[in-house]
Amino acid sequence: MLAPSSRVQLTDDGKLRHFLTTEHLPRSLLEDILDTAASFVDVGGRSIKKVPLLRGKTVVNLFFESSTRTRSTFELAAQRLSADVLNLDIAKSATSKGETLLDTLRNLEAMAADMFVVRHQDSGAPFFIANEVTPDVAVINAGDGRHAHPTQAMLDMYTIRHYKGGFEGLKVAIVGDILHSRVARSQVHALNTLGAEEVRLIAPKTLLPVDAEALGATVFTDMAHGLKDVDVVIMLRLQKERMDSALLPSEGEFFRLYGLNNEKLQYAKEDAIVMHPGPINRGVEIASEVADGPRSVILNQVTFGIAVRMAVMSMAISGQDSAPAGGAHGS
Amino acid sequence: MAAKAHILIRKGRVIDPASGRDDVADLLIENGRLTRIGASLDAPGADIIEAEGHWVLPGLVDACVHLSLPGSGRSGDIASETRAAAAGGITHMAAQPDCGPVDSTAVVRLIREQAGQAGFARILPIAAMTQGLKGEQLAEMATLARAGCIAVGNAGGKVADALVLKRCLEYAATFDMPVMFRPQDAALSAGGCAHEGPVATRLGLPGIPALAESVDLSRDLLLVEATGVRAHFQQISSRESLRLLRVAKQRGLPVTADVSIQHLLLDESALEGFNSHCHVIPPLRSAEDREALLEAVADGTIDAICSQHTPIGSSSKAAPFPATRPGMAGVDTLLSLVLGLVGEGKLDLARALDAVTAAPARCLDIQAGQLETGRPASLCVLDANAEKDYAEHWLSAGSNSPWRGSVLKGSVKLTVCQGKVSWLTD
Repeated sequence: MLAPSSRVQLTDDGKLRHFLTTEHLPRSLLEDILDTAASFVDVGGRSIKKVPLLRGKTVVNLFFESSTRTRSTFELAAQRLSADVLNLDIAKSATSKGETLLDTLRNLEAMAADMFVVRHQDSGAPFFIANEVTPDVAVINAGDGRHAHPTQAMLDMYTIRHYKGGFEGLKVAIVGDILHSRVARSQVHALNTLGAEEVRLIAPKTLLPVDAEALGATVFTDMAHGLKDVDVVIMLRLQKERMDSALLPSEGEFFRLYGLNNEKLQYAKEDAIVMHPGPINRGVEIASEVADGPRSVILNQVTFGIAVRMAVMSMAISGQDSAPAGGAHGS
Repeated sequence: MAAKAHILIRKGRVIDPASGRDDVADLLIENGRLTRIGASLDAPGADIIEAEGHWVLPGLVDACVHLSLPGSGRSGDIASETRAAAAGGITHMAAQPDCGPVDSTAVVRLIREQAGQAGFARILPIAAMTQGLKGEQLAEMATLARAGCIAVGNAGGKVADALVLKRCLEYAATFDMPVMFRPQDAALSAGGCAHEGPVATRLGLPGIPALAESVDLSRDLLLVEATGVRAHFQQISSRESLRLLRVAKQRGLPVTADVSIQHLLLDESALEGFNSHCHVIPPLRSAEDREALLEAVADGTIDAICSQHTPIGSSSKAAPFPATRPGMAGVDTLLSLVLGLVGEGKLDLARALDAVTAAPARCLDIQAGQLETGRPASLCVLDANAEKDYAEHWLSAGSNSPWRGSVLKGSVKLTVCQGKVSWLTD
């Protein structure tokens, strides 16, 4: 039996219909996303940076939580696919006047949108929207609460595959604010599905969710043990805006214990790469010597991100077009 | 049914957990009072209810429902929800003080008037323990008791600190009023919407640890012991809380407890897919917690099973999970779901029925939940084998239940509340 997340995300014949989470998606589909992204990487280097795959389609960026960087990359990805793009900063408009999310959605549907790119502060919001929209609208999760940020995870997977050639035998460490991180959750699911040997989560106990092992990872509270012999180090941003209680004594102590500098990086393999979803807090979770150092692939992640988002958007639109009306709608 | 003075219910299987009775008998109701239970009763001129093959049970007592008063902005009014309750065999329901709040005699009067006019079930208001349920100033508990409140509580609302709570308990103890507790530490549960466990971790839902309940419960128990107040703990959800309650009961403290039916049937896995119908407080806990709760009902550590009925309109559940209003509607299905647990072998029939009839009446210290001759009749007649389709026969104004739309075993044919027929199927 399909997990609820798969029933919503996939068409009856297994194509991507919405992209809400990396959890429970088949390995072949994740590999398809990476392969499709590979075909888009060069588009940004051409004199005319457009392909016609979404010509005539309307993509609405629904950002209930602000994020200039993610929104910009989605906007750019949609434009490179020749879509018309509408950016709505919902946090400052309709819902603040008392309109419910459902009312907002119905109004936008009336504008004949083909795709919603959704960022929301509440976990599960894109699932709710995907279950409510008409069957010919695709929903892409651009980050929901602490739950998922699947396109960020897939661009990280693309980056890892680019530099490491694949996932078999890889040990990957994810370090920092796991508790609040939607990125980490999506990364763990994707890495496990794609065949990584071991996924490690490293953080003090205050920044680890309970039963973190249930995500499919090994948990460490010590950098020396956690980073030992890993191939990839993914540093997470310390989400200071979400820290409403006594989670850490100070940024200084956090950096001393968990901040990545050259000294701690020596625990990892010699050819280990360093990643970060951005924006980075220099001197808090990562030292400049590492962020700007030879093993950092942080800026390449951003470049790959546009190609990955183009891949996901084009595949979801294709899944919508091929699905029978209402066929896979709802859960 | 036209109101006749006498009703004779014939040849039903009469099950009364309070007296241990379980046999086929007739029951006679004369002028609203249950006058006789026996074989082959004769009552010329009485309305005859043929109950052969059916069960005759005491009217159910629901120790926790959330009702709405006009202007509260909530779904379901007293008439609609008591009607749904009557159709489910419920004759008495303890209304939480958050429907008003119940901190003035005017509100108590309004509740009683609306329930009386509707005539479906008896509502037993629980008074606010603090003014406005704000947790700061003592409410006029004695006055509210005189107006008809059966107990005091704070409906899960935070009480400022241990000193204020101690004074509330001392004041309630002065008048021997039972206090209803819903233990949940405010700081440990702040911002949470799901059981802090593997499912919430995967779904990225802010957690409420089981510890939030047991930390608060342990403090409450110490204060109960110190003040000597009678205490009823509502909607217990975790294993650790059960351990504390067992010790308290063994030590002879005057405490009772209930659990909601949904916590006996569902666990955290019900949240998969962000099912907002399963957003309840306390949250649905782990499978191990659920098993422990079932054992605690079986061994009597948990006295009663309640519906924790919270009718919510569809718009309040149509939002991302954390933004939805917590609560589940439950009076329609309480009896069917309890019988489902019996069918699965999780509970013995007599104990299960005791937990929704005599036991909650004991917890609330009210005369109800048993088939006692000489008193106003409150009972229901159930076709235990009939299947009821809750897509068609859902009566609560709240649509918020994972069982709405299900077909469940057990259909109430007749409910008599305080001597009057409050529900009768064709």
